[in-house]
Amino acid sequence: MHLWLSRLAALPAATVITLTAACTVPSEEHRASGEVFDPYENVNRKVHAFNIGVDKVIYRPAAKGYVFILPDEIRTSIGYFADNMSKPTDVVDFLAQGRIKEAVITVGRFLMNTTIGFGGLADPATEFGIPDLDTDFGEVLYTWGFDEGAYIELPFFGPSTERDSVGLAVDVFTNPLGYLEYGSNFQNLRYGSYILDRLNDRGTYSETIDTVLYESADSYAQARIIFLQNRRFELAGEGGDPYVDAYADPYADPYEDAYADPYADPYADIFDDPEATADRF
Amino acid sequence: MPRRTFLSTAMAGVGFVAAGLSSWPSQLLALTKAGAEGLVDQLVADINQVIATNKSEASKIRDFEQIFSRYADTAIMARYVLGADVRTASPAQLRAFTDAFEKYIANKYGRRFREFIGGTVTVTDSRQIKAGYEVKAIAKLKGEAPFGVSFLVSDKSGRGKFYNLFIEGVNMLLTERTEIGAIMDQNGGSIDKTTAALKR
Repeated sequence: MHLWLSRLAALPAATVITLTAACTVPSEEHRASGEVFDPYENVNRKVHAFNIGVDKVIYRPAAKGYVFILPDEIRTSIGYFADNMSKPTDVVDFLAQGRIKEAVITVGRFLMNTTIGFGGLADPATEFGIPDLDTDFGEVLYTWGFDEGAYIELPFFGPSTERDSVGLAVDVFTNPLGYLEYGSNFQNLRYGSYILDRLNDRGTYSETIDTVLYESADSYAQARIIFLQNRRFELAGEGGDPYVDAYADPYADPYEDAYADPYADPYADIFDDPEATADRF
Repeated sequence: MPRRTFLSTAMAGVGFVAAGLSSWPSQLLALTKAGAEGLVDQLVADINQVIATNKSEASKIRDFEQIFSRYADTAIMARYVLGADVRTASPAQLRAFTDAFEKYIANKYGRRFREFIGGTVTVTDSRQIKAGYEVKAIAKLKGEAPFGVSFLVSDKSGRGKFYNLFIEGVNMLLTERTEIGAIMDQNGGSIDKTTAALKR
């Protein structure tokens, strides 16, 4: 135990300090504007084109084949397995956030599913009411107060931020089982099942994902806005700091203000006297 | 670590809810907590009814479009997604755009009806917001972890209509504004060409 603990402490700490020191922070004005912070857009768009290519040629067809060939039950089982293999990492990341309760629940879940759940291929924990709590090192960094940084589209992994990219890298090292004697086997199983589970998701939600990737006018911008909103919601919840005020209602939209109340008569000529109704909202 | 892909949950949810909200009854003016729950229950029943019919997909989408234009506040939604470009639009252009936007939304989300078979939406809470009411619900789709959905409803159009929704933090109007903005850019900022593009 001592071995992995000391390595665990040393490796990510060094990585975090090096990488987050390089995190880009938007100016106050930019932050206030609510615009997406994407200073690397040119590079990101190239990566996006690459990812689309990978999806077209490898990922999408492989995923379609995977869900076509394997029955639902087997894919679900592999999904449980992948989820279970990620739990030791989640425990470490919960502890790093000081969320002891979540860590304990997750240990219980992992032990139960690994034993009476046939090594994680089944999910008896859920039947017993033990919740499936997820976290990652990106969330740890969020909890520690690191800025989200710039938007980044990673090759293969897709949408991310600077903070989440660091988290992703650190999570390679936060699986305590990876430091056991046969740790590399655990890691291989973990990543293998993770990839299969991702294939399952890509195949199962094929039409939905295709809509975003292949039917959008700008799939890069769509993936970016959906990811950032969802990730911020995931981290901060509803009380958080989403890109725009989540409840900023279009009725109070600044573009509206200069015009008329569209409900008086939405199609009336409202351009004659913008002053007349400017303060209606 | 392996989170459900954000796109799948969010987008499937948007479709489900957009489909459902379209059948929202109109008597929302005196919305209460109990009333809101009843409305969502009603709308879920209505979606399931549309899904259960033996009509072709194209005909279901046409039904959906009619319902959408009746129960969604498409005028304000269209203005919002146009953003600053609304300033340069004439009333006739805005009308044409709104019409095309309605069809575009109906088609985009209506095509995914089959993902919603057997799904349920249960209201958990509601609260007053500036423009009207936010109704919070939990959606359960087949084979999906439950996720949160918020419906934003307003009677500023003169009738209770929905004007936005949030699925796991993803704001439908903001997301569509990004998309419509991209279509505008591709069409050199021309609202007429954008309207035409939406009809395709």
